[in-house]
Amino acid sequence: MLTLDRVTKTFRAGAFGGGSVTAVDRVSFAAAPGELVSLIGESGSGKSTIGRMVLGLTEVSAGSLTLDGERVRPGKDFYRRVQGVFQDPFSCYNPVFKADRVFALIRRAYHPGVGDREWADRVEKAVRDVRLDPGQVLGRYPHQLSGGQLQRLLIARALLLDLRFLVADEITSMLDASTRIDVLNLLAGLKERGLGVLYITHDLSLGTYLAEKTVVLRNGRVVERGDTQKVFGNPLHPYTRTLLAAVPRLNQPWTAAVPLDACAYHEGGASPGDDLYETEPGHFVACAALPACGRTRA
Amino acid sequence: MTLTVNDLRVHYRTLRGEVRALDGVGFDLADGEILGLAGESGCGKTTLGKALIRLDGRMRHAGGTVTLDGEELPLSDDRAMNAYRFHKISLVPQYSMSALNPTRRIGRMVRELLASRGVSVDTDELHRRLALVGLEPGVLDRYPIELSGGMKQRAVMVISTLLDPSVLIADEVTSALDVSNQQAVVGALTGLRDKGLVTSMIFVTHDIGLTSHIADSIMVMYAGKLAEKAPTKILTTAPRHPYTKMLIGSLPQVGARYADKPLSGIAGSPPSLLDPPAGCRFRDRCPLADRQCAEEPPVVEIAPRHTVACWKAA
Repeated sequence: MLTLDRVTKTFRAGAFGGGSVTAVDRVSFAAAPGELVSLIGESGSGKSTIGRMVLGLTEVSAGSLTLDGERVRPGKDFYRRVQGVFQDPFSCYNPVFKADRVFALIRRAYHPGVGDREWADRVEKAVRDVRLDPGQVLGRYPHQLSGGQLQRLLIARALLLDLRFLVADEITSMLDASTRIDVLNLLAGLKERGLGVLYITHDLSLGTYLAEKTVVLRNGRVVERGDTQKVFGNPLHPYTRTLLAAVPRLNQPWTAAVPLDACAYHEGGASPGDDLYETEPGHFVACAALPACGRTRA
Repeated sequence: MTLTVNDLRVHYRTLRGEVRALDGVGFDLADGEILGLAGESGCGKTTLGKALIRLDGRMRHAGGTVTLDGEELPLSDDRAMNAYRFHKISLVPQYSMSALNPTRRIGRMVRELLASRGVSVDTDELHRRLALVGLEPGVLDRYPIELSGGMKQRAVMVISTLLDPSVLIADEVTSALDVSNQQAVVGALTGLRDKGLVTSMIFVTHDIGLTSHIADSIMVMYAGKLAEKAPTKILTTAPRHPYTKMLIGSLPQVGARYADKPLSGIAGSPPSLLDPPAGCRFRDRCPLADRQCAEEPPVVEIAPRHTVACWKAA
């Protein structure tokens, strides 16, 4: 279970580090085992920073980020359970070595005691689990494999560990439409096996395809979050509406976002200290920053 | 007809032989038409766009002709192409970030570029064009680093079309942008065509959903060849080539959910173009393939403006 409670990340900025930029601002959500949470936002919304904090690649400035009740402590023991897959599969492999060297590295670091025979069986099983044919992908160089195959091998690599949580950061944006969906279906399979997944994307249609829960981020803040069908079936924040309206749909002209006439946060009577207001069970929304709210920033 | 491409072949020279990236592609681009060019990585769509602008050192023009406004383009003669490049045919590259000189303000870059072509800057006209794509005149005084990705992309669009080219090639211009910026860029491109600043356009992308918003017709390529070309409405609602059907079937739409109906991708991958197999190049991945497909399918016009290269489509 991944839990974020008012997690904040501030970076130093400016010529001499004098200024600061708040990339992630009091973000709270949770992802249970067997649950896929999609984190949606445009460039600069802080979604990748959240992913990096979950993986322990960036430190948390304030708030608490826990996995199964423990704070993130990067190290061998942590990465046995938590792994990440990133956008560009081509840059994750060393082009002078065969692609399956990523498995050998895992063996050296985490399973030095395992015998050759058993290790080969484990690798084969992991490769089959990501729906690849071991005969086609093992023993090949990265340039001989497609982006989708490389991306799936990286997931197979994570499966060789005692994986409990996977951070998938824009893993399909470099892939073709024909292979993208295979990688997504694979994530669905992992989820059914009880793995928690944090799926980071800017593509709404991919996010809604798999996720039980959705978190919509803007400028480092959560503007709306909750059950995917509630958030996109009944978007209560103007930004979520704009995003939905901007998605290109096949054979449907773009329509303007339907403006909101009331701020769900203020109408609902949120208490002043709340970041988000729960409008219905499992659906949280931030202030819509309408003129009536008397606020300039959502 | 603004542009006529006839059996164009462009190969890449490599140490292991020639990669036939573009292996006999032919199509017409009508006046005022926006043609969407779709297909997966390695299908030759970027090579086609590049071939019309400039063949780099690795590329070889192996056959076929390109006719622009009644004149045949001297594709293999880099120097002779100077007369057409930017004047008659222009390109908006995929990564506008790397197309702009980071040490120059946008305005200075425009002045220098136009001076190199012997044209003086008409400031009012420039401001009008910036407004058309939704940019303030103030961007001319800014450095590229001060603009967002979407703004840079739109600035490059204005620069590329300063000389009112007949054909504009937009190569994956929206791939690096998020949905709201994509919408603005696509709107700006349509605006350029509607105002007559460019006559026709080729919009290269792998996103069929987005193409359907801008293109009048869509051409789908597969492994260096044309698979299907049809008016947008027909291609997206009643495609005939199995590849087009599967490509559209693998697109998740907003609201589609894995739990309700899992979509499926296309198994396998395109053949190597170093020594492509004879016959239909899609046949190893095609559910309909049979013995006839070992022969090369001809490109047939099965309805007005609807051409397909598949034995099973006719």
